[in-house]
Amino acid sequence: MAARGDELFLLGRNLEDLQASVADLTIRAPRSAHAGIALCDLEKPETFEPALDAAEAGLGKLDLVVVTAALFAAQERLEGDPALLHRLLSIDFTNTVLFCELARKRLMARGGGTLCVFSSVAGERGRTPVVMYGAAKAGLTRYLEGLDHRFRSQGLVTVCVKPGFVRTSMTSGLPPPPFAGSPDRVARQVLYAIDRGVPVVYAPPMWSLIMFVVRLLPRSVMRRVRF
Amino acid sequence: MPVVPGVEVRSEDLAGLTREVPFARGLGRAYGDAALPASGESRVAGTTLADRILAFDETTGVLTAEAGLSLDQVCQLFLPRGYFTPVSPGTRFVTLGGMVACDVHGKNHHREGTFGRHVLGLTVRVGDDRIVTCSQAENVDLFRATIGGMGLTGAILDVTVRLVRVPSCWLCEERQPVDHLDECVEVLKTSSAAWPMTVAWIDCLAPGRANGRGVIFRGRWAQSEEAPRRVDSPTWPLSVPFAMPGFVLTRPVVRSFNALNYWRHRWRKPRGIVHVDQFFYPLDAIAHWTRLYGSRGFVQYQCILPESRGRDAVRRFLDLLSRRRGASFLGVIKDCGAEGSGLLSFPKAGTSVALDIPMRSDTQALVDALNELVIAEGGRIYLAKDALTRAEQFRAMEPRLDEFLAIRRRWDPKGRIRSALSLRLFGW
Repeated sequence: MAARGDELFLLGRNLEDLQASVADLTIRAPRSAHAGIALCDLEKPETFEPALDAAEAGLGKLDLVVVTAALFAAQERLEGDPALLHRLLSIDFTNTVLFCELARKRLMARGGGTLCVFSSVAGERGRTPVVMYGAAKAGLTRYLEGLDHRFRSQGLVTVCVKPGFVRTSMTSGLPPPPFAGSPDRVARQVLYAIDRGVPVVYAPPMWSLIMFVVRLLPRSVMRRVRF
Repeated sequence: MPVVPGVEVRSEDLAGLTREVPFARGLGRAYGDAALPASGESRVAGTTLADRILAFDETTGVLTAEAGLSLDQVCQLFLPRGYFTPVSPGTRFVTLGGMVACDVHGKNHHREGTFGRHVLGLTVRVGDDRIVTCSQAENVDLFRATIGGMGLTGAILDVTVRLVRVPSCWLCEERQPVDHLDECVEVLKTSSAAWPMTVAWIDCLAPGRANGRGVIFRGRWAQSEEAPRRVDSPTWPLSVPFAMPGFVLTRPVVRSFNALNYWRHRWRKPRGIVHVDQFFYPLDAIAHWTRLYGSRGFVQYQCILPESRGRDAVRRFLDLLSRRRGASFLGVIKDCGAEGSGLLSFPKAGTSVALDIPMRSDTQALVDALNELVIAEGGRIYLAKDALTRAEQFRAMEPRLDEFLAIRRRWDPKGRIRSALSLRLFGW
């Protein structure tokens, strides 16, 4: 986005880290403007309003809000650690929805805009290795679908990104399956979808085919394959 | 091609990651076991997601970036602004951290030395868990041991290096075929006196006196007005789709290929303007070229034969290679300049020879024999390419080893940072 000259405002949990990212963007794309950074933590809903205030003040107006943050943990750990499970469910579903609601209102107040949120292919079916994470993401996916149906006519475009296996820190240490994606290519694909208002994006694209089949599998098969 | 079980864990937060996993790797282009985990430790920290640029000074060319930034990205971002890496290895798919850890050299070694000479400062997570900055002025021992230290003094977190101004992204290249090895070494030497970049390809499978015939490549940066008016549209990217069966690269096939290449250069125009990618990274044009060697793979062998032993040293080396019927399919020689300040830095004044040797049952014996000759000539081998050298052989080649190990011990008293290579060559 920076490379094509979009004006960006970065939200995150660590100001020092955000500053390093801004420096990186400024050097990579010297012609784009960078309005600034602000603290925002999906674990702390009280940070949402000030962060969006700062972003709106910095940019002048909001056209697009992108939410990529979430928490991931392996199924076994979640089963053994209720506190972690609580954190995961609130971050990945409740707080993300709260944040989206605030962002949606601001976007609609100026007549519309785009809300792009990263959900996951894990939310498509109940699956053995991602029972809780998948449930939270399934909720998020439905919420975004509902938003799209309700507000599309009023100018709000929602883009729900469902990444399959992408080589990021989240999947680090796991053996990559065939068709594993790279962060850069996923980013390019998402940008394309944002520009055209595509409501659902599978990234890498191969996953739309895989999930099409997975959605069709009968329960008896899903239970046996432990996929 | 060594095989070691293990996983690479990655994170954008390199400082956090290396607290738990102290040994780091970049893009894993080392031919041997330099970037593989020591047995008993299954995890290695991968730096490639940490690729932010932290600072760049447009007037001096000083770049500070996280260690996972690839040379490919550096080229893409800074070549259009007239800056290029001061020293470039033979592939773009390496990270800045890897370039420091291996203290890479390139075609301009006789003028510009190794990459380490242009590094102004490093941030390293050392073995006792601290994050330390080092340079020629600060923590000098750590700085010297980290340059060429194969990542064994700590995980490199960020690198400050001075890029150089270049007039264009084109190079004037001259190609001169030579008929035998002595001529090759001679012409390479005289060329280097006048040209900033030189290298020679040699045919080590040619019979008799022609053994060691080859082509000398000389280059200098082209001024912008010399750039070609028309640029060919990019060709379809080539890729080797899967590991080839064993008969693809056998002696007769490679012998014919080498002869063909030699005669092609005999008939080709002796000079031309070529793009950076063609000049520095010809092998990058073929994705997964290593698959040509089949599933058993190959090892690279690169050694330096010091100047003091005369040019006959290269002749003796190649004679030994053909006596043992070592089937090296690629031979590259380069005359190197003075030794760098890195404690285990590979190049020193002399002639470097690099070979690709397909992995066979007798490859270990061949490498042993080559190593004995290198020791007798007072040379040494390049760790980034080595997979089969024995601990006692490396010790015999490397008088600086004790100093390196003492510094390594000082910064990593518990010996947490190890790799398959360090276990094989240093025992810890």
